Amino acid sequence: MTDRAIERNRPAMPGLWLPVYTLAHRELTRFFRQRTRIVGALGQPIIFWVLFGAGLQGSFRGPAEMSYQEYFFPGVAAMILMFTAIYSTISIIEDRREGFLQGVLVAPVPRISLVLGKVIGGTVLAVLQAMVFLTVGPALSWVGLAPELHTGLTWQNAAATIGFLTLVGFSLTALGYLIAWPMDSTHGFHAIMSIFLMPMWLLSGSFFPPGESGWLSWVIRLNPLTYGVAGLRRIMSSNPAAVERLPEWWVCLTVTILAATCYVSIAVWMTGRRSAHNAR
Amino acid sequence: MVQNVIPDQPADEGAAVVIRDVAHTYGSRSALAGVGFTVASGEIFGLLGPNGGGKTTLFRLMATLLPVQSGTVSLLGFDVARDAATVRSQIGVTFQSPSVDGKLTVQENLRHQAHLYGLWGGTATSRITELLDQLGLSDRARQRVDELSGGLKRRVEIAKSLLHAPQLLLLDEPSTGLDPGARHDLWSYLNRLRDERQVTILVTTHLMDEAEHCDRLGILDRGKLVAIGTPDSLRRSVGGDCLTVRSAVPELLAARITEKFGLVPRRIDQDLRIEHSAGHELLRDLVAAFPDEISAVSLSKPTLEDVFIAQTGHHFWDVAKEEQ
Repeated sequence: MTDRAIERNRPAMPGLWLPVYTLAHRELTRFFRQRTRIVGALGQPIIFWVLFGAGLQGSFRGPAEMSYQEYFFPGVAAMILMFTAIYSTISIIEDRREGFLQGVLVAPVPRISLVLGKVIGGTVLAVLQAMVFLTVGPALSWVGLAPELHTGLTWQNAAATIGFLTLVGFSLTALGYLIAWPMDSTHGFHAIMSIFLMPMWLLSGSFFPPGESGWLSWVIRLNPLTYGVAGLRRIMSSNPAAVERLPEWWVCLTVTILAATCYVSIAVWMTGRRSAHNAR
Repeated sequence: MVQNVIPDQPADEGAAVVIRDVAHTYGSRSALAGVGFTVASGEIFGLLGPNGGGKTTLFRLMATLLPVQSGTVSLLGFDVARDAATVRSQIGVTFQSPSVDGKLTVQENLRHQAHLYGLWGGTATSRITELLDQLGLSDRARQRVDELSGGLKRRVEIAKSLLHAPQLLLLDEPSTGLDPGARHDLWSYLNRLRDERQVTILVTTHLMDEAEHCDRLGILDRGKLVAIGTPDSLRRSVGGDCLTVRSAVPELLAARITEKFGLVPRRIDQDLRIEHSAGHELLRDLVAAFPDEISAVSLSKPTLEDVFIAQTGHHFWDVAKEEQ
């Protein structure tokens, strides 16, 4: 086709979703070409689950007499979401350093498409890995690495679980995006991960049940991820006694949606600014 | 004052690039101080200047990456500050640092780029095939970009920026890091683009030999446009020949030259420079008059470097040194 023909047929702008699709697709292609990332993002949480499960088994007193590994199971799924989300948003820093990002910034792409493309790409990866864990985790009991457990995951609640995992994954990836965007090096991101993101996960009810009072219980209550983990427990649990002290389902859903909307809005604002940092 | 060597500057009407009174600061540091020029449609225009001269800032302003703080930047009739999205859809941008994804193949890079510009399906495929062919990349389509040489990577970069058939192409230091063969290929392709498709091309460069390829040049120094014109007219503006005289006592020698010949040499570091219409005669007279004071002397036709020195009073590389 000649240039003139393209001139006639060319839409003025690429629209919202084509760039989202292409940027998300690129995230997936890059991920599957880096095998170490797959091992890292799945391996560490599984090791955590097996080791903490075995170590804390005796001393744990959770709701409805459940075992620690059973309690920790949705928490590890949240951890996988967080780790994958984090690693995929680190790619923003790499994209900036390697120069790819400047090419996207000069394209006529709505800035929300850039944010959504990156975040949806990361979310798909995060949910895929969390699903692998939710399926493989219980199978570890066959080789003696975990006790027999009732994960609560059934064919009936599988769709709701995937849906909610997607929402939490989206929210975490968007949070990662807005932390990664202003950074020039991955060192800074690792520091934020240690002092902010890991504690955020630890204090979300993933690792231990929140107490009734004290400053810690307030931190947990103010942590948006608490509602993500609680929502996941509510969907997956078949035992009402195990979830009776958790926030209501509608609260979990509302807080998670609000948090995601808030993160994405800030991310779009940051991305849209023409500044010396964005021009680098 | 900008010396406009070419009186018949393209009129603003129909010009591909119109820059007026553009100033830009980073905090308290001024990067551009009132720059203005126009580039006609179908022209290859070069912004020549040392690193730190302001050309990258100007390039980023045109590429819609930096906010326009003062003045106007208009590309293909669209204001960069107001119509950034339209400008983005109409121009092609090639950066000095690669914007290709090394982990992906050449074809994948082009496919993603096409999507970012709203081209997809069959249109994208035929356009990609066409550009791969034009740039001699067809047999590399399935190769990862990381595996390619610097010259081939730059070609992929250019293919990327041309996918949506822009009428204006901005290139930042396009020859940097390329061997002479790849440079030659690049420039013959840019000339073809201009000749066959009437694409307007604006390049920034700090390389004199690259500047020679341009139809017109603007010389930027310390945020100001110090001269503008065709390479030939710029060289002619220096006037005759350039004599460079080296001496252990440059101050004294300068004073004595002024006294004897009525000329005012320009002191550049340890050298004295004299522009003169009959350089060979002056050279003979100088050597005869000051055999002890002169340690070396050279005579040359003016180069773009001489234009730069004539306009700024310092060497091209001094600015970069000061920046460091």
